[in-house]
Amino acid sequence: MVRLLRINYKELGLKCGLEIHQMLNTRTKLFCNCPTVVRHDDPDLEFVRRLRPTRSEMGEMDPAALFEFKKGVKYRYQAYEDSICLVEMDEEPPHDLNREAVRIALTIALMLGSTLVDEIQVMRKIVIDGSNTTGFQRTALIAIGGKIKVGDKYIPIQTICVEEDASRKISELRDRREIVYRLDRMGIPLIEIATAPVIETPEEAEKVAYRIGQLLRVTGKVKRGLGTIRQDLNISIKNGARIEIKGVQELGLIGKIVEYEALRQANLLKIRDELKSRGVKPEDIKEELIDISDIFSNTKSKIAKKALERGGVALAIKLPGFRGLIGKEIQPGRRLGTEFADRARYWAEVGGIFHSDELPAYGISLEEVKLIEERLSCNKLDGYVIVFEKKEKAVRALRAVIERAKEAIIGVPEETRGANSDGTTKFLRPMPGKARMYPETDIRPLTITRELIEEARKSIPELPEEKYKKFKIKYKLSDEMAKRMVESYYLDLFEKVVEELNVPATLVASTLENTLVSLRREGYPVERLDDEQIYGVFRLIAKGEISKEALPEILAYLSKNPDIKPEDVIKRLGLSRLSLEEIRKIVDEVIRSNINEIRSRGNRALSMVMGRVMEKVRGRADGKLVSEIVKERLKNVLSL
Amino acid sequence: MVKLAEGLEGYDKEVIRLLENRGIKLFDKVRIRHRQGIAFEGIILPRPQVGDPRSLILKLDNGYNVGIKVENIEKIEVIEKSEPSPLVRVRQPKLKPGLPYVHFVGTGGTIASRIDYKTGAVYPFFTAEEIYSMLPELEDIAFVRAETLLNIFSEDMRLRLWEKIAKKVAEIFEKEKPVGVIVAHGTDTMGYTAAALGFALRRLPGPVILVGAQRSSDRPSSDSALNVIAATITAIKAPFAESVVVMHGSKSDNYCLVHRGVKVRKTHTSRRDAFRSINDLPLAIVNSKGSFKILNNRFLRRSEEGSIVEAKFDEKVALIKYFPGMEGEIIDFLVDKGYHGIVIEGTGLGHVGHQLLKSIKRALGEGIAVVMTSQCIWGRVNMNVYRRGIELLRMGVIPGEDMLPETAYVKLSWVLAKTRDIKEVRRLMLTNMVFEINERSENRFYPSLVNGEAIEN
Repeated sequence: MVRLLRINYKELGLKCGLEIHQMLNTRTKLFCNCPTVVRHDDPDLEFVRRLRPTRSEMGEMDPAALFEFKKGVKYRYQAYEDSICLVEMDEEPPHDLNREAVRIALTIALMLGSTLVDEIQVMRKIVIDGSNTTGFQRTALIAIGGKIKVGDKYIPIQTICVEEDASRKISELRDRREIVYRLDRMGIPLIEIATAPVIETPEEAEKVAYRIGQLLRVTGKVKRGLGTIRQDLNISIKNGARIEIKGVQELGLIGKIVEYEALRQANLLKIRDELKSRGVKPEDIKEELIDISDIFSNTKSKIAKKALERGGVALAIKLPGFRGLIGKEIQPGRRLGTEFADRARYWAEVGGIFHSDELPAYGISLEEVKLIEERLSCNKLDGYVIVFEKKEKAVRALRAVIERAKEAIIGVPEETRGANSDGTTKFLRPMPGKARMYPETDIRPLTITRELIEEARKSIPELPEEKYKKFKIKYKLSDEMAKRMVESYYLDLFEKVVEELNVPATLVASTLENTLVSLRREGYPVERLDDEQIYGVFRLIAKGEISKEALPEILAYLSKNPDIKPEDVIKRLGLSRLSLEEIRKIVDEVIRSNINEIRSRGNRALSMVMGRVMEKVRGRADGKLVSEIVKERLKNVLSL
Repeated sequence: MVKLAEGLEGYDKEVIRLLENRGIKLFDKVRIRHRQGIAFEGIILPRPQVGDPRSLILKLDNGYNVGIKVENIEKIEVIEKSEPSPLVRVRQPKLKPGLPYVHFVGTGGTIASRIDYKTGAVYPFFTAEEIYSMLPELEDIAFVRAETLLNIFSEDMRLRLWEKIAKKVAEIFEKEKPVGVIVAHGTDTMGYTAAALGFALRRLPGPVILVGAQRSSDRPSSDSALNVIAATITAIKAPFAESVVVMHGSKSDNYCLVHRGVKVRKTHTSRRDAFRSINDLPLAIVNSKGSFKILNNRFLRRSEEGSIVEAKFDEKVALIKYFPGMEGEIIDFLVDKGYHGIVIEGTGLGHVGHQLLKSIKRALGEGIAVVMTSQCIWGRVNMNVYRRGIELLRMGVIPGEDMLPETAYVKLSWVLAKTRDIKEVRRLMLTNMVFEINERSENRFYPSLVNGEAIEN
């Protein structure tokens, strides 16, 4: 691959827009009174449905949806009796729009300086991939406009919506044509913030995503943790196409995805130019599918052999002028041939394809390659693609390849792509037609009253930079810790503990940011601790019931026994703080049993005694206090 | 069902003035400058009946509908005049020759309505092309013809319309000779209509099948597709020729149940499997792959001897539910208003409080038929067990056996349209006409439920 080391994005004409989806931390879901929890225990019940492209959709239907339906795909939904109701199951009409979610979204819109609409109408956005039991996602636009500042640049906000999250895909049972979804996530309120496509570099994309995430976090009203925020990216370059990349969960991947997508489009344009200079036109690619099974009657290729034995065929097409280009790398590890294969897999569910630029290989011999080229009458610039499959599937696969090859002659095809874990992307589905949306007639429109706006305005939080200043000056955190705390997963908890309990802010910060991290490294499942438990531990400190030295042990124990109350852990671990009397007794005992050694060491005995005492009182007494007592007692003993 | 609005009538005067002064019409594309400086572009939509009439509804380019208050509109200008929406393409069905012929009759309800994607309004639409287009699978199953007889909400169904439907069905069977007739009906009163057709059409060459949807047909998740396919299969394969209801049998799209019209009740407000056979087994089960299996061997067979049509119903019949605070005056009122029959949904085995006895006696004395059913829904009335029942029987109250209160009401309306002779009324009410009375109450008629699942008992 010609990998430009320093890509000039300005020259490429990179334009990128972000669509951020963040889960709101409301008490109930957007359209029913179920709790907003994602669960990992076994579901209680299942049911199976089909979704059908509706009649009025027929005119200009999403080809992917129609295709899915024709394949006879069924959706198996899993649910829990105690956290999912008939609304998520599409067995009861939605309840009123959750006011708490609207209020949070309004607060965020006000923070961004957006213009609120006066009446919200919930819409149905048709999505027939089964991720919604209804076949549509309910969504409402609440504001347009506004901006955020990133560096010196203002990034305009286009729209702010509240919508219901979709269900989680659990598995895909291809042989049964069944996709399994779990309904726990469905209906959790999301805020969707879309920026204008003005982002010009990968770094900028990452910064914008980061800034929006940060602004959402400081509201204290959004969910935290993996999977609670997802980004969609719209990326195009000059003469390229608008590509939508769905569901990026990792912030750190955004830059790479933007870079690789710009690269992909640039490389596809180079391929186009090369095809042009070779004089290749779309109509040169003929739909002539040639059965070349006989060439492989004695093949050593296992794939070919297996397919033919099972009654399949070897079907080939010629791609005039494509030689050398099918194998051209367009993203790390991905070639034009990979794009052909993606399409063949999607439309024909074949395992893979073979193309001229990678053969001979995979057991296909040079002699066989020669025979193929002869049969297809390829000249030295012509490429070809072969599929080993049942006839009907093979035909569909090659038709998909032909379509993609024709697009390569024109440029970059518009499509929806999904991110791989290395930042490259793969074909997901054709770009849906203009989103078909129509009103959700089961829900009354909601008027945004002045009272509602005032209420939302009251919840506007301090900005991250204001918090940082406060943490440094008022809470006396170090510069580095103040920065970390603003970004912390435990930001809300930190502020709550510091404001409500008499515990030094520095101790709270180091516990949340250092102690918990090292415990996690040691293998304690600290992610199982909820805010309430950690708060309870700090309350014990505030009341003087435990010493700060006991914190790591208590937190470690709680993480493994999350059902126990912090108060009870003290008893179990024997970590109640020792009285002065008790400490003295322990110190005296240590001195008595080591008296000879102490006498021989004299003044250097301090650290030895201190160490043995601390072993016994660990976590139950403050080290400074112990040291004072040891010094005092030793002085007595040594002066005798 | 919202009618496609002709104009701007849902809006406040001030909004209408704003638009009319500038010659702006519904569905014009406009640009609005908001008081806060930003511009909104979109198509002007009719005002839904709910919400703030001072908010102008726009459909934005991204598909969202939003409302902008008239006082926030600083400037409004047309950027594109409206065009009539393009005709919806309807695909011509490709039919195999020799398919059995099934006739559809539309009466309204969720199943026979469509949404206009431009405006969001719902309007009736029920043609054979529509049905094929919605359900291409039918092209391999049946030759379909369809007509719209009524277009009403289910709750607006009246007794005269039962007669109209019954006569239409009989006429179709006689003239067109389909293997079955399918009536698309709103689900709320479907059980009543099914019972009415059961009594009105007692001998038929094929079944009359009521079908509906609990989720409207314009949704991808609608239950109507499976219901209509199962109804069509029933029309073709059923050995019986009764009035039946075909609806989902579970919350999955896996099978439908065929319920006898006089023994079926809507037992849930919103679930797909809302319909249940009460005091009877469903007649058949139809699965999503098209298999049809009989579950109940008591039924009226298809007959070539010519239909029996008795489609008159007496509108002067009331169905009332007994409750602890009830006074006799409610019955007195019905008597004073000249009612011919009263069906009471009594307590338990068929009782009412003593405070009603005087009024019931008066009603019976004036030749009004009084039929007792039970608000327990499941089970049979038996008025010989307790003194109150015996008193009521002695006065002349007719026990409704194991009939559903709604079925007893439909039957009494039907009987009273034939005769007002109280002896004859009693005889007919106690005679099983179309399996509305089961002589035997079988254990399996009543579901035992634990955790939502039936368990063996």
